[in-house]
Amino acid sequence: MSKIKFTVDGKACIGTPGQTIMEAALANGVYIPALCRYEGLKPAGSCRICTVRVGGRPMAACTQPVSEGMAVENMSQELEDMRKALVEMLFVEGNHMCPTCEKSGNCELQALAYRYQMLVPRFPYQFPARSVEPTGGRLLFEYNRCIQCLRCVRSVKTKDGKAVFGPLGRSEKKKIGMDKELASKLSDKDAREAMDRCPVGALLKKEVGFVIPIGKRKFDKTPIGSDVGKTAS
Amino acid sequence: MSKPIIATASLAGCFGCHMSVLDIDDRILTLIDLVEFHKSPIDDIKTFSKICDVGLIEGGCCNSENVETLREFRKNCKVLVSVGECAIMGGLPAMRNGIPVKDCLEEAYLHCPTVDPADRMIPNDPELPIILDKVYPCHEVVKIDAFLPGCPPSAELIWKALVALVEGKPLDLTYDLVKFD
Repeated sequence: MSKIKFTVDGKACIGTPGQTIMEAALANGVYIPALCRYEGLKPAGSCRICTVRVGGRPMAACTQPVSEGMAVENMSQELEDMRKALVEMLFVEGNHMCPTCEKSGNCELQALAYRYQMLVPRFPYQFPARSVEPTGGRLLFEYNRCIQCLRCVRSVKTKDGKAVFGPLGRSEKKKIGMDKELASKLSDKDAREAMDRCPVGALLKKEVGFVIPIGKRKFDKTPIGSDVGKTAS
Repeated sequence: MSKPIIATASLAGCFGCHMSVLDIDDRILTLIDLVEFHKSPIDDIKTFSKICDVGLIEGGCCNSENVETLREFRKNCKVLVSVGECAIMGGLPAMRNGIPVKDCLEEAYLHCPTVDPADRMIPNDPELPIILDKVYPCHEVVKIDAFLPGCPPSAELIWKALVALVEGKPLDLTYDLVKFD
């Protein structure tokens, strides 16, 4: 198979045709911050945290195919500040009260805020009126925390292949809908996987919570992205 | 040089952030040597009689008294710091922000099952501060100079921030210091 030569922040990397910038960078041990991306799922390009610059143009690393000679700008101060601003927007756009959330410590949005040392968002809090949907079988949908990354829409399916989640409405009225009937058919394992896939505390499995003590959770001591490059050959 | 002066206040908070200040353990003895405490629930000084160098604010603004206290702190403190989740974003009290104040009061004082049926009324004594339409983060009411996140911020963060402020040096924010819970 032919190889593609490209660089990320000047580091020489090798990719293969068909890979996205994100996939190729990860294969070379380079971390590009991301949020809506999930290994194994079709990219959605919805959160734009993974925005990089190629030839001066911003593009989503999770959807843009890598090509020969690309010079990708990733960790520049400008891009990192823009990513931080995106994280801050997500924090003010919903109701993210970390101390009351059982995903705290394992939450990828929070982990990005830790990474960027967000002390306070630069934007005013919106405090939108949102609800909790408790009738999804083993799952509970906490709309206050949903960031519409579409991970659940892309991946949570019943045994016969029906999607349990789907986007409803447009623009600022858009929300993620849950088919209660289909959700009630999900097995214990499916519900656990759905909760693990949700980057924030929007999808929660009922009857368990706060299982891992503070100090032992995923991002308590290790910043998000620090595993990238450790296992790459 | 005289000692830097610190004032503290708890607005719509739970005093957990003040507890975290006390959690610096025996370093509090060093702190007493380094700074002087002025208006604060810790020493029970109730009114400002001099300009303070640092004001630590716990809790957001949920009523008119919180706003008055916060504005008084802004007038009397050179550096004002939002300490903890509630001061920074409203925190737990802000969970009422999506609910109209009328509904909140009626639920708490009229419809709640533990209210004595003979005693159902919404408090309206003129002595009571007026409840705001929603809980406001402190920096949406006055200018805030620094933010210490956490619920509560760790004793380590509070200690390092105070030392940095007193010594006039930048605060080295390591990964373990910035936490939201």
